Amino acid sequence: MTMRIYVPRDAAAVAVGADDVALAFAQAAAARGAAIEIVRNGSRGLCWLEPMVELSTAQGRIAFGPVTPADVPSLLDAMAGNGQHALRLGVTDEIPWLKRQTRLTFARCGVIDPRSVDDYRAHGGYKGLERALTLSSDQILAYVTTSGLRGRGGAGFPTGIKWKTVAQASADRKYIVCNADEGDSGTFADRMIMEGDPFVVIEGMTIAGITVGAAKGYIYIRSEYPHAVEAMNAAIVAARRAGLLGKRIGGSAHEFDLEVRVGAGAYVCGEETSLLESLEGRRGIVRAKPPLPAHKGLFGRPSVINNVLSFAAIPFILDNGAKAYADFGMGRSRGTMPIQLAGNIKYGGLFETAFGVTLGELVDEIGGGTFTGREVRAVQVGGPLGAYFPRALFDTPFDYEAFAARDGLIGHGGIVVFDDTVDMVKQARFAMEFCAIESCGKCTPCRIGSTRGVETINKIINGERVAENLAVIEDLCNTMKFGSLCALGGFTPYPVMSALKHFREDFGPAPARLQAAE
Amino acid sequence: MTVGYEPWEEARGAEIIAEHAGLEGATLVILHALQKAFGYVPEPAIPMVAEALNLSRAEVHGVFTFYHDFRKAPAGRHVLKLCRAEACQAAGGDALAARAEAKLGVSLGNTTADERVTLEPIYCLGLCATAPSAMLDGRVVGRLDEARIDALVAEAQR
Repeated sequence: MTMRIYVPRDAAAVAVGADDVALAFAQAAAARGAAIEIVRNGSRGLCWLEPMVELSTAQGRIAFGPVTPADVPSLLDAMAGNGQHALRLGVTDEIPWLKRQTRLTFARCGVIDPRSVDDYRAHGGYKGLERALTLSSDQILAYVTTSGLRGRGGAGFPTGIKWKTVAQASADRKYIVCNADEGDSGTFADRMIMEGDPFVVIEGMTIAGITVGAAKGYIYIRSEYPHAVEAMNAAIVAARRAGLLGKRIGGSAHEFDLEVRVGAGAYVCGEETSLLESLEGRRGIVRAKPPLPAHKGLFGRPSVINNVLSFAAIPFILDNGAKAYADFGMGRSRGTMPIQLAGNIKYGGLFETAFGVTLGELVDEIGGGTFTGREVRAVQVGGPLGAYFPRALFDTPFDYEAFAARDGLIGHGGIVVFDDTVDMVKQARFAMEFCAIESCGKCTPCRIGSTRGVETINKIINGERVAENLAVIEDLCNTMKFGSLCALGGFTPYPVMSALKHFREDFGPAPARLQAAE
Repeated sequence: MTVGYEPWEEARGAEIIAEHAGLEGATLVILHALQKAFGYVPEPAIPMVAEALNLSRAEVHGVFTFYHDFRKAPAGRHVLKLCRAEACQAAGGDALAARAEAKLGVSLGNTTADERVTLEPIYCLGLCATAPSAMLDGRVVGRLDEARIDALVAEAQR
């Protein structure tokens, strides 16, 4: 009997040797004449166990990990025999870290073969689109609005309202744009879903297209994600071949097609208007709003521009109903959030769960603290523009409003953990440095403010007139926060001011630090 | 000369430009295609792109210089990119970057004197739960430690 073995092709698994493991399986099986089928799936998101290999059995899939090529011969023995092995993790779905999650968007990620439309369909794929094709535009909008889905890119704007605005606009052409310029450090959910379940993104965008009357969509993927680019392109070809992209989608009168465009290393292009400029072939300079992209977006046409995870949430909502999605969550944050646990963390990876889980649960319980074994001192939530939180704020529930109330943001759901060796004044300086490197240069507060910020923090580090320079930093941050055109300059004050507020001791002049040490 | 790339030839450049010139907003697509073929975007290609897309030279030059990815000269034989963003910093990336700089004798953003290795910073490869991360000529590597960064540097120097 042929053994079916799953070896992830997700970039995070490949980065720790998954390709070598797949090769070792093929070679070892050939050498001993064993019949095996290797499926290169996405990642289940338990990154500390990667490469995590699975064997298909009558009892369900059994996981082993982390696997090195040297483990492969003994693993093959175990797989052919009674299944016992030191790396055996048990039935994958029963692993507590996975079982505790609520996987709506990531239900198929790591389960299916991301190159196969048939496998996607066999696991419930394209049911959302089938439903959508029986509904009117208004009915689909009602699903999206009632689900309470808010933009997962970070801004949290209600997706239904955005779509409705585009649906109501009249124009000769409209566009659907997927923002896959996931530049925030600590975030990788877009990459994972594009590599592990690309069809769910295609299905979500297709539903958006038929809802608002757009026949063309673009997926703008950052150049740092070559594996995701390859996966999306392969999936688009497969969907076209299956009649699920192009003219007469699924036998209906609707037309919709997709194209991948690759960014070129500019962080600011994750800002939606800058992304549109870049897609149009220009410098990624932020546009002033209004006009909103929903009115004048790509090539001046009404455009829906959403994050990968927003589109990926749509098929579930259409298939299972708005209520099934909205039943999860808290307050005005409905549904689930794919949270990414990263940095110096023991159990890092993708944890999708309903809104409302606290930061402390995520970092200590689920994440297991740091992998260095040292004390967790700070966590940055929401990427380079997100605030640093101290342990004192670990009771904050994961919710757009709750984080905003504590001068932070959930952003795209990335959590980066730092241990007690972190120097927060350096982290504050890095936030300013990063803004200076990546500023598009259009508005003065961001372009000049960030550079002055770096210089001023350097003075603080050198112990020059610390109190006065801290006042300058606060003033600069206020100017950037309220005077910048977009979130790059506008949110850089979050990491800077939170570092200053919660970790003031790291900003003290050198003599004061010495005194404190005595 | 960077290995694996074609030497610049105007006719070949024109062919690449023509292949993509019909796309909506084709500038980035063309610049990527040129760099893929030649390893950098040769200066004579800029006015050719402008002409093909009915843009000014200044406009195409502006696009070319805005994005970090595009090179105006060939890189070293190998390109080693080290992630310098927060998740990798939290996992000890600063010390590893300093180690790579010391081993190669160049700072981030520069090419070794023998033109073998270009060492560059990159801001996030999306491998933040297997940090610190790097990319050597397009191949991703995670969970870097001193031994692994030394091996990567040695591989790049070969």
